[in-house]
Amino acid sequence: MAEPQVDVKWSMVVDIDKCTGCQACVVACQSENNVPISTQELYDQRRQMTWIRVERYWEGDFPDVKARYIPIMCQHCDTAPCEPVCPVFATYHNNEGLNVQVYNRCVGTRYCANNCPYQVRFFNFWEPVWPDSLKNQLNPDVTVRSRGIMEKCSFCVQRLRRSERDAAQNGDDRPADDAFDPSHGAFAPACVRACPTDALVFGDANNPNSRVASLAHSDRRYHLLEHLGTEPNVIYLKKIDPEAGDGNHE
Amino acid sequence: MQERREKTESQINTDLLSAMLDNHLWFWIVLAGLGLVILAGAAAAGYMFDRGLGVTGLNRPVFWGFFITNFVFWVGISHAGVMLSAILRLAQAEWRRPATRAAEVLTIFSLATALIFPLLHTGRPWRVFYWVGLPILPYDLSRGIFQNVRSALLWDPSAIFTYLTSSTLFVFIALVPDLAVARDRTTGWRRALYATLALGFRGNARQWRLQAIAGILLSALILPVFVSVHSIVSWDFAAAVSVEGWHQTIFAPYFVIGAVHSGVSGVVTAMILMAWLFKWQDYIRPEHFDALGRLLIVVATAWFYFFFIEFSFGLFSQEPSEIALRQTQVFGQPWGWMYLTFIMASYFIPVPLWMFRRVRRSLVLMFWTTILVNIGMWLERFLIIVPSLMRKQGLTFVWGDYNPSPIEVLLVAASFAVVLGGVLLFSKIFPLIPIYDAKEGKYIEAEIQVGRRTVPAVIREE
Repeated sequence: MAEPQVDVKWSMVVDIDKCTGCQACVVACQSENNVPISTQELYDQRRQMTWIRVERYWEGDFPDVKARYIPIMCQHCDTAPCEPVCPVFATYHNNEGLNVQVYNRCVGTRYCANNCPYQVRFFNFWEPVWPDSLKNQLNPDVTVRSRGIMEKCSFCVQRLRRSERDAAQNGDDRPADDAFDPSHGAFAPACVRACPTDALVFGDANNPNSRVASLAHSDRRYHLLEHLGTEPNVIYLKKIDPEAGDGNHE
Repeated sequence: MQERREKTESQINTDLLSAMLDNHLWFWIVLAGLGLVILAGAAAAGYMFDRGLGVTGLNRPVFWGFFITNFVFWVGISHAGVMLSAILRLAQAEWRRPATRAAEVLTIFSLATALIFPLLHTGRPWRVFYWVGLPILPYDLSRGIFQNVRSALLWDPSAIFTYLTSSTLFVFIALVPDLAVARDRTTGWRRALYATLALGFRGNARQWRLQAIAGILLSALILPVFVSVHSIVSWDFAAAVSVEGWHQTIFAPYFVIGAVHSGVSGVVTAMILMAWLFKWQDYIRPEHFDALGRLLIVVATAWFYFFFIEFSFGLFSQEPSEIALRQTQVFGQPWGWMYLTFIMASYFIPVPLWMFRRVRRSLVLMFWTTILVNIGMWLERFLIIVPSLMRKQGLTFVWGDYNPSPIEVLLVAASFAVVLGGVLLFSKIFPLIPIYDAKEGKYIEAEIQVGRRTVPAVIREE
């Protein structure tokens, strides 16, 4: 089947050097995407949901200990291991480079989650509940997922779609690329908009003028678990610290 | 000497039909007990459907646990049927005769039980028709999208349904002459049932010929299915690139031979139970266990070879994530003691024991050693599935743990009750030892050609 040609390839750059581990992205994502509240009980059950999480590693020996942070969200891999294993096509790759989850198709085999090396797929073990005080906070643009299905970071696809509609109304053929100009960057995901240190950059990797495209050519660039050959659309930039990554992690 | 008492044909009929036609008190007590366990399992499943998979011990990253372990275990047990009936039939091993039906019936019930688990463990079991169609129900194509044929989870139901269909046919073909015998010796509803199922079999030469041809054809056709089923089950794991402990090319042969190991052991256990419960010691004799014990030594050792290669090649790569996995699997607790139990129970205790002829010919010892093998093989699957998920990759921040919940334990227990109860019920309605086969074996002087030599087919020792 011939796919319609789309010249957009959504991509994100995560600059580890700028990340302070403040978790603003986690909170922003939680409220933007109607992710169920991760209570202590859910943490105890190891069933908390955070579409983006900040992993914390300790490096070095006491007293020279340093905390290292790395935000991890769905990497939207071009050769995603989660996609071929789903028996019902609940997850597939769209022509904008997004790894899409179709909630209505999902039967909940959880095979995709097993096959995700980044562990960024989340299963609704329980029917999600919100306290009454938060019910008006739910985002009307995002489906509230029921129990028994997988969910994960969508690169805030609802924002992408909205900005495409807005662009079409304004007569532009595509959304503007500058994610950090509030007047144009409506399509930037919630985590990117919330990041106070500008560690997350989002945009169209196929547009040579975008910040993402220029950062993607940095010599600090790397992919997470690159040896697996998943070709992620999330690019990490190494920390600028000669002692970083000496392998002494905890 | 062969410790067989000569029996007349009518005596064989009476003996082998006794389980069907006579009423034993123990039978109903055992069946009621199993029924209670099954009811408890059904209640657990209902509770799980109502509340969601949260009531299990599954979590992130251990998304598969007891249910999938149990699924692989029962598919493994089901490999005994074809191994004993088809392969030994084609190899003309005469000692197979009393064992075949039990093995095939075990195959059918364990396969059907295995099939329940992948469906049970889905998040939305009421939508599994997006995934598998059952023989009675079509695929749900209302969404205008076909299933993903690249997914190992689609190969799985295809292989298992094929295997289930072919082994059911296989059992039926072998049952036809016995059903005719049963038809002639019963009255009432049983007679009507057997008369229908016997398809008008009267035992004339043409019917016997067709029956034999069908049996041999099915034996040959079922062999590729036999190899493919557990290979495909192993690909559920081997195709997962991201799970260090699963992504191994050796998995298909390793799983198939492991399945034969646990399956043949399961058949030995079942045969001994039959000999004890139905007092069939005249038909299920020590020489059968002698032969099965020898077969088991070969199978177990071949399995152990694959196990050893898989383990040592994994370490050979010296990848940190592989070493972290093995550390958890072998030395981490409680996995470590399970690992020790598994190796001892499935190889190092039974195999040296089977070396002794006295052990192979002792029903009690064979019973307990084969039970041990299957405890070990259940643990093997568990130790492949769960620790590998716990230590999936090098991101140590998200390493996990797993504690099964009572719901999962109940459902696993219920699966054993379903298989046992199924075989028991089968024994009440159909003869569990092929009557015609037993008679045929009596007439064939137990000798076969191997090359230019004529040797006894039943291994007899002085």
